[in-house]
Amino acid sequence: MKKHVIYADNNATTQVAPEVVEEMMPYLTDLYGNASSIHTFGGQVRHAIDTGRERLANLLGAMPCEILFTSCGTESDNAAILSALETNVKRRKIVTTRVEHPAVLSLCTEMQQRGYHVEYCPVNHQGRLCVDALSKMVDDETALVSVMWANNETGNVHPIAQIAEMAHQHGALFHTDAVQAVGKIPMNLSKLSIDFLSLSGHKLHAPKGVGALYVRRGVKFHPFLRGGHQEHGLRAGTENVAGIVALGRAAQLAEGNMAEERTRVAAMRDRLESGLLRSCPDAKLNGSPDSRLPNTTNISFEYIEGESILLHLNQFDIAASSGSACTSGSLEPSHVMRAMGVPYTAAHGSVRFSLSRYNTNEDIDFILEKVPPIIHLLRDISPFGRDQ
Amino acid sequence: MWDYTEKVMDHFLHPRNVGEMPDADAVGEVGNITCGDALKLFLKLDEAKKTIVDAKFQTFGCASAIASASALTELVIGKSVVEVEAISNDDIAGFLGSLPEEKMHCSVMGMEALQEALANLRGESDGKASDHGHAHGHEDYDPNGLDRIVCICFSVSERQIREVVRNNALETVDQVTNYCKAGGSCGGCKEQIDTILKDELGRMEEEDAASTEEGTVSEEKAPLTNLQKMMLIQQVVNDDIRPGLQADGGDLELVDVDGDRVVVKLKGSCSGCPGAQVTLKRWVEAQLREKVLPTITVEQA
Repeated sequence: MKKHVIYADNNATTQVAPEVVEEMMPYLTDLYGNASSIHTFGGQVRHAIDTGRERLANLLGAMPCEILFTSCGTESDNAAILSALETNVKRRKIVTTRVEHPAVLSLCTEMQQRGYHVEYCPVNHQGRLCVDALSKMVDDETALVSVMWANNETGNVHPIAQIAEMAHQHGALFHTDAVQAVGKIPMNLSKLSIDFLSLSGHKLHAPKGVGALYVRRGVKFHPFLRGGHQEHGLRAGTENVAGIVALGRAAQLAEGNMAEERTRVAAMRDRLESGLLRSCPDAKLNGSPDSRLPNTTNISFEYIEGESILLHLNQFDIAASSGSACTSGSLEPSHVMRAMGVPYTAAHGSVRFSLSRYNTNEDIDFILEKVPPIIHLLRDISPFGRDQ
Repeated sequence: MWDYTEKVMDHFLHPRNVGEMPDADAVGEVGNITCGDALKLFLKLDEAKKTIVDAKFQTFGCASAIASASALTELVIGKSVVEVEAISNDDIAGFLGSLPEEKMHCSVMGMEALQEALANLRGESDGKASDHGHAHGHEDYDPNGLDRIVCICFSVSERQIREVVRNNALETVDQVTNYCKAGGSCGGCKEQIDTILKDELGRMEEEDAASTEEGTVSEEKAPLTNLQKMMLIQQVVNDDIRPGLQADGGDLELVDVDGDRVVVKLKGSCSGCPGAQVTLKRWVEAQLREKVLPTITVEQA
């Protein structure tokens, strides 16, 4: 029998929606044609891909021709950044932020080694982007500005429209990693001047292995993968048909559930957050309470360490994650916590709960019941926090 | 998710001997909250100050840090001070079944807290590892020598790096990071760690060579049995000699061992090679003489 897990780690990955499974299943069984084939068998599949593209375009407020399907968010990020540099060879500067996902940050480090100048915009103690500092970094040398729409650890939402304008004033391209934002907050790309947007299927209840890149119409695109005419030659490789169908259906569901995210999910998050802050002494919110994803809360429990908290939670089948060093095998707390200047006393004990529409009020009650005794128990073991 | 043993999970979820000890005879405190783990160990001794009758701990850290500290207290209670001096990080990890390689520094922290407490008992330390992070040797602290801090992020001294390399037979910089955290943050000291690592490994090899010479002498005192000799010859042939020959397209087969006479058959490009006889005497025989017995002779079948 399937064990009931209180899954509060939806920024890591999400449950595949049953409607999505149902819709993609025929493309894993009977409808195995290749969209490039001339026969009816291929034609059916091509039609399914078109539908997926239309549905995703609708969610984003984009045109179907602006959507390229990829394998994941990381591929989309890499493709966008490399294309922007490739089509702007005279400009040798990238402006990004200190809190980006490693998919962007490690590529930027690589580009630095290849001679590019990269500037990293700082954030304040709440994780809000220092937009003034960013505006000074963008200049006529800048090829690309890449800023995530929403942060995966804190849920902070950045002022993307304003930053996109800033980039364009200097003739730079603008890319946003919207992996955490798509499906959780409404967006209408036709009204914004975003050149590239990356998203990933498994963060919005589609399976792993499919992502997409939005490339604004008229923006030059230099393919990342070559070798075929798929996606108009812009992303070669036989289409992941089942994945594309799934992402399309997930996008359609997300559009329908957007209001629920902002009301029911946000209310559960707020109740969880205020409950934990009230019942656990020396607990602090990481991130800005305003302008945040509706599903995410990140709380530091001072003087104790995140992995210990998570493994105790795991005993009760509660799944969450931490910015602590120990959970990842690295020895430093997360780069986001460090960029925010969260003191080490708190950074090691940060726990992120990220909800979805599949969570219930009972889940929240259960977490609220189990967390305080765990915190108490670990504080009892800790040598810190008694008389400081 | 980490692959923790059941014993690690048991000691993490139900840690033994947690708490403070106001009347402790010795205290050992290592690590700090910035580094992500810390351990405070309390020891209570019998009246003669010879045997540890109780131990308690407080830990800030991950599951393996808590389990390592709990294991440490179980290892020392009831033992004499002399006995526990020899407890190593490997003993702590062994008590827990095993620890993931990346978490070995948790067991090293346990060993260091114990060393610190023992130094405190001897009156050599105030029980707190000072900023240079090292557990003992405070009296002759030398900031330019081995106590020089190599990893500034985690305050790890050259002495600590040399000790983990030596005690755990480490071979790579990544392993050093796993065992004592040095180099695990900004990574700016990795080149230095590499230099220290190579130097320490070099020293260990020299010492090994010296002790092998001594070993040969002692082997003469306790000669190998026929069975031991044959197995050792086979092992050296398979592990050391054949890979060397195979690298040049050759090979060799062990045919017989008769007393100290080893009979082999040359194969591959070795067979019919005019240099083969020289290789046989100068290299194959030399290897076997060095690693098995100085009286061995090698002949072709």
